[in-house]
Amino acid sequence: MRPLKIVVLAKQVPDTRHVGPDAMKPDGTVNRGKLATVFNPDDLHALELALNIKDRIPGTTVTILTMGPPKAADIIREGYYRGVDNGIMISDRRFGGADTLATSYTIVQGIKKIADYDLIVGGRQAIDGDTAQVGPQCADKLGIPQVTYVEEILDIKEDEIIARRRLETGVETVSAPYPVLMTVHGSSPDCRSRIAKKVMKHKYARTKTEMRKGDPVLEALHLKRPYLVIPEWSVEDIEADVTKIGLAGSPTKVKSVSSIVLTATESKVLNDSDSDIEGMIKELIKHHTIG
Amino acid sequence: MKSVFVYCEVENKKVAEISQELLSAGKRLAEKLDAPLVAMVNGKDLKGIESQIAPYGVDRLFVGDDVRLEPYRTLPHAALVTKVLKQEDPQIVLFGATSVGRDLAPRIASKLNCGLTADTTILDIGDHFVKKEKKEYTDLLYAIRPAFGGSIMANIINWDMHPQMATVREGVMKKEIFDANYKTEVISVIVNEAVSDTDFVVKIIERHIEESDVNLKDAPIIVAGGYGVGSKENFDLLKNLANILGGEVGGSRAAVDAGFIDHNRQIGQTGTTVRPKLYIAAGISGAIQHTAGMQDASMIISINNDPEAPINALADYVITGDLGVVIPKMIKFYKENAK
Ligand SMILES: Cc1cc2nc3c(=O)[nH]c(=O)nc-3n(C[C@H](O)[C@H](O)[C@H](O)COP(=O)(O)OP(=O)(O)OC[C@H]3O[C@@H](n4cnc5c(N)ncnc54)[C@H](O)[C@@H]3O)c2cc1C
Ligand SMILES: Cc1cc2nc3c(=O)[nH]c(=O)nc-3n(C[C@H](O)[C@H](O)[C@H](O)COP(=O)(O)OP(=O)(O)OC[C@H]3O[C@@H](n4cnc5c(N)ncnc54)[C@H](O)[C@@H]3O)c2cc1C
Repeated sequence: MRPLKIVVLAKQVPDTRHVGPDAMKPDGTVNRGKLATVFNPDDLHALELALNIKDRIPGTTVTILTMGPPKAADIIREGYYRGVDNGIMISDRRFGGADTLATSYTIVQGIKKIADYDLIVGGRQAIDGDTAQVGPQCADKLGIPQVTYVEEILDIKEDEIIARRRLETGVETVSAPYPVLMTVHGSSPDCRSRIAKKVMKHKYARTKTEMRKGDPVLEALHLKRPYLVIPEWSVEDIEADVTKIGLAGSPTKVKSVSSIVLTATESKVLNDSDSDIEGMIKELIKHHTIG
Repeated sequence: MKSVFVYCEVENKKVAEISQELLSAGKRLAEKLDAPLVAMVNGKDLKGIESQIAPYGVDRLFVGDDVRLEPYRTLPHAALVTKVLKQEDPQIVLFGATSVGRDLAPRIASKLNCGLTADTTILDIGDHFVKKEKKEYTDLLYAIRPAFGGSIMANIINWDMHPQMATVREGVMKKEIFDANYKTEVISVIVNEAVSDTDFVVKIIERHIEESDVNLKDAPIIVAGGYGVGSKENFDLLKNLANILGGEVGGSRAAVDAGFIDHNRQIGQTGTTVRPKLYIAAGISGAIQHTAGMQDASMIISINNDPEAPINALADYVITGDLGVVIPKMIKFYKENAK
């Protein structure tokens, strides 16, 4: 067992699990403003996996990293409330419109600035783009191995880590040397709740951008407690090549989007009476749907 | 050279179902482009494997045969496929959206610095006019995929960074033999020239793969239960109905999560996509992630005690009632009326 330096990748996403009728604009595009934002569900599992290692091995540090608009600083605070040591926000208007290739390039530039890590964990996939591509692409760009769909860490040895993966048709136990990137499957344990003491300690953590409007009380507090200033990295801070980020660095382009309208079929409405059900069964047999 | 490339998954000398679907879809694209279909398969003991692949109309097949290539591991497969892609330079590259394909394809896309569309359900060829460049791009891949939890379909294209890659969801592309006697050129890849020792640093210690005995995709009738079924025991009722109708049992994710039914029977966005002749949804509310996997069924019966359940909008027959009452009656009346 050895203490690990862990980086957790977490994304703020629109809550696609509760897509209401007003989530779509009349032209069929997504009305992001109408969707609440949440901590990507799989990433909460990744956070738990990291915090669990920290519980098991004293000296382990957990850094949470997110890329997103200013509002995504919620992810960093949420991380603090549950027990991470550090938070880093990558945010710059020029990162907008990135596909997975540009997203992974940007995140990797951030990880390279962090420099010292043994384990990077992310979610298996984000619920908006749903691609599950960012993890493997980051691993490739860092030149390190990847272990996808991790369900449980079975052992943490001096020179290797052993994990169980959840596949479509079974499970697999693998070992990998450090540093390694893992993506975490939703079947792994749920994330612990917020810790009241940590909420008290970190609830005034803010990024520079969030402080832009000016708030004398918070500014004074931040001077006294520098740990409340969430580091926020721009294109220059991570030395990103502007041709590889944002829309310009993204090969995939959305040509068109259509919303899926559940076409209401002419349905026959029945109740649980014998006559209704027998009638239906007879029709199905007559039309050779069954029998 | 214009070509369409398909990565084939293999285990125990058997080419995966998804790969056969992809080869069929790849052939249809290749015909539209008047281009050859190229495939690659990596595994062990692959002598004669071309007999399973050629009939889909494959013009060239690359084979990487080495004991270390099975079971699948990311790094050696990525190295092999990348090498062949650099040499072949196809314009379209397809992988299955399986646990293997979704692990491998992004790694390769990153190496080739190209776009990758995830989880597509429709593939087509078409044109696109780029306003900024005032230029019409022809013969592009239209990779159409559900996103936002299945509530939208997005047509994703890629005109400037080569090749155009996509992963394709299982069970959506129609499998069709092109020519049983199709002649393919088999090219053996020298594995040691593409991989190095460091590609084998991840070691597989143990593996439990259940040969799946469920075949939801091909079942003509599916009786699916949701959280409303209430217990594992109550699912027996659904099994009975499925058995006498000659169908299979499926479930919603809520039913799987509650432990009522096995994971490999989940239907929907993160489960299997099905299009049976008859789909009976019992105690399923009809969340978009569920309906994404069953809305193409020819006929849908919904059994729900909530007359407002969203799934009812899709159903041909809406039975408002308790499934514990309705299903036994369906069994009874079927037995009485079927010949
Ligand atoms: C409708 C739609 C369809 C799209 N289709 C494609 C497509 O086919 N191909 C494509 O390349 N792009 C696509 N995109 C763009 C893609 O959603 C974005 O690039 C997104 O930034 C990252 O991809 P993802 O959400 O799919 O993340 P995933 O790859 O599913 O995320 C996996 C994990 O990576 C980490 N991660 C991802 N993003 C961040 C982040 N910003 N900060 C910190 N950690 C992160 C998290 O741990 C996450 O769990 C699509 C977007 C939309 C809206
Ligand atoms: C990223 C993501 C992916 C997902 N992928 C999938 C997927 O692949 N497949 C999937 O199914 N879900 C998926 N889900 C989950 C989905 O959002 C829903 O939570 C799930 O489908 C709900 O299952 P259900 O309809 O069985 O349960 P519920 O929504 O709880 O519905 C139960 C229904 O049973 C009815 N009922 C209760 N008792 C009775 C009775 N005695 N008789 C008759 N009716 C009764 C109720 O009226 C209700 O309509 C996914 C979610 C996310 C976020």
